[in-house]
Amino acid sequence: MPNVMIRQDQTGKKTLYVAKRDLEEDIVSIEFEAADRWGGDITLADGSTYYIEPLDVAPELPITIRAKRGAEG
Amino acid sequence: MSVMSRDEVESLIQEVLEVYPAKAKKDRTKHLAPNDHELEQSKKCITSNKKSLPGVMTIRGCAYAGSKGVVWGPVKDMIHISHGPVGCGQYSRAGRRNYYIGTTGVNAFVTMNFTSDFQEKDIVFGGDKKLAKLIDEIETLFPLNKGVTIQSECPIGLIGDDIEAVAKKKTAEHGKTVVPVRCEGFRGVSQSLGHHIANDAVRDWVLSARDEDNSFETTPYDVAIIGDYNIGGDAWSSRILLEEMGLRVVAQWSGDGTISEMELTPKVKLNLVHCYRSMNYISRHMEEKYKIPWIEYNFFGPTKTVESLRKIASHFDETIQAKCEEVIEKYRPEWDSVIAKFRPRLEGKRVMLYVGGLRPRHVIGAYEDLGMEVVGTGYEFGHNDDYDRTIKEMGDATLLYDDVTGYEFEEFVKAVKPDLIGSGIKEKYIFQKMGVPFRQMHSWDYSGPYHGFDGFAIFARDMDMTLNNPCWKMLQAPWKKTEAAADEAVAASA
Repeated sequence: MPNVMIRQDQTGKKTLYVAKRDLEEDIVSIEFEAADRWGGDITLADGSTYYIEPLDVAPELPITIRAKRGAEG
Repeated sequence: MSVMSRDEVESLIQEVLEVYPAKAKKDRTKHLAPNDHELEQSKKCITSNKKSLPGVMTIRGCAYAGSKGVVWGPVKDMIHISHGPVGCGQYSRAGRRNYYIGTTGVNAFVTMNFTSDFQEKDIVFGGDKKLAKLIDEIETLFPLNKGVTIQSECPIGLIGDDIEAVAKKKTAEHGKTVVPVRCEGFRGVSQSLGHHIANDAVRDWVLSARDEDNSFETTPYDVAIIGDYNIGGDAWSSRILLEEMGLRVVAQWSGDGTISEMELTPKVKLNLVHCYRSMNYISRHMEEKYKIPWIEYNFFGPTKTVESLRKIASHFDETIQAKCEEVIEKYRPEWDSVIAKFRPRLEGKRVMLYVGGLRPRHVIGAYEDLGMEVVGTGYEFGHNDDYDRTIKEMGDATLLYDDVTGYEFEEFVKAVKPDLIGSGIKEKYIFQKMGVPFRQMHSWDYSGPYHGFDGFAIFARDMDMTLNNPCWKMLQAPWKKTEAAADEAVAASA
């Protein structure tokens, strides 16, 4: 259950950063990205996945959040 | 020697690794690679930030070096106590040339060494009392200090002293910030973790000090320079460019910086990050907590400086962007004349780098501006994200080496035969004795600054001074030389 930081750059590209693992990777998809439901499975550009317990409100980025490592990541 | 192909580089790596035992060879293979532009991610070609192999000569430092030596040390109006035995502080004292303005010993303390000088009894009975006494003494002797940091050396963590309790008690007593930093040398694999720990200490003990206080008058053009340690005056030659553009530099982290600048940083509009490796942690934190965006910039060499200035200006309104162009035009004749003078003398020369932090990728542009080519580069303590950024900067199939050992570096140099090497003091004399021109790129070989347009002139002069020094022709003994010269003469006449 690492703490991950999700940030968005000016072009709107989202990246996921895990300090402990030196991981800084572009996010390809987030399962839920609606205003009232945000999170779920996150797929990164290198193919690995993370899971964030869906939030009720879309957060203001960047945000540090607990995530579960997916099967492959 | 002409440019090496990918296969040649790969076979060179294999050849060099041949002498290692099987296990060591397997481990070291992962840290050496030819650059591959096709790769988006460095972790597919190179492994970094792993423990060094026992038995090889590594050039890395420790967490204490990363915290006291790099991040905290240059904060000039605080006193940084090397808490533990006397050696760590004494042997690293003032070596990094972080310039600052102030009267040393009165209101600035960077080059001084404060230590608790642990003895056997402190190890046996604990050193907290001594630390408390030391902080009281500092208050008496140096009343103009603005705060104290406690930089732990290895024994502090081993004996389990509670430096946080002492810090809290003394903060209350003296009304000054006392920061305990848990940067014991044994933590992590290199100085890199020390940077992280130091960043976390700033976050926890300093940064939020003025959150409730809005008395500081802000402007829409406030920026902070993050991760410039003012080596030889680097931050100053960066700062003037930003100020000429119309920006207001509120804080310098941490070269020539002060604790009040650090406390005011959450009020700025944009954080400019030069050394990504050592200060990205705090920048990310400020982005999350205070919504301050951060950008990386590069002030080595005119091409990259211009690029960075425009990138910085693009975050502000048109007045700044117009002024940015003015600044660029103002300095253009200056750097053009530098290039006109030095480029013909340096054109086509090949450079190998092995340094830490941001330089293995940042200085490439400066060399390219002088017509030189970087044929190999590597980080002492870089992470994957550093190599991600390096892949794009380096030529295809150039040599990348992570935490290179003394032996590997020597062998690479013998095979690649660069015209110039940029690395640290521990490598300097080995390569000079081998007859290869060398610049000490950690503290600019006692020169500098190298940042900005002013710095580029000095950079170019220094590289020329080193490369075209007549001494390199005199390394061979005269009697051997005549023979070789005679042979050459015979060959030429035949």
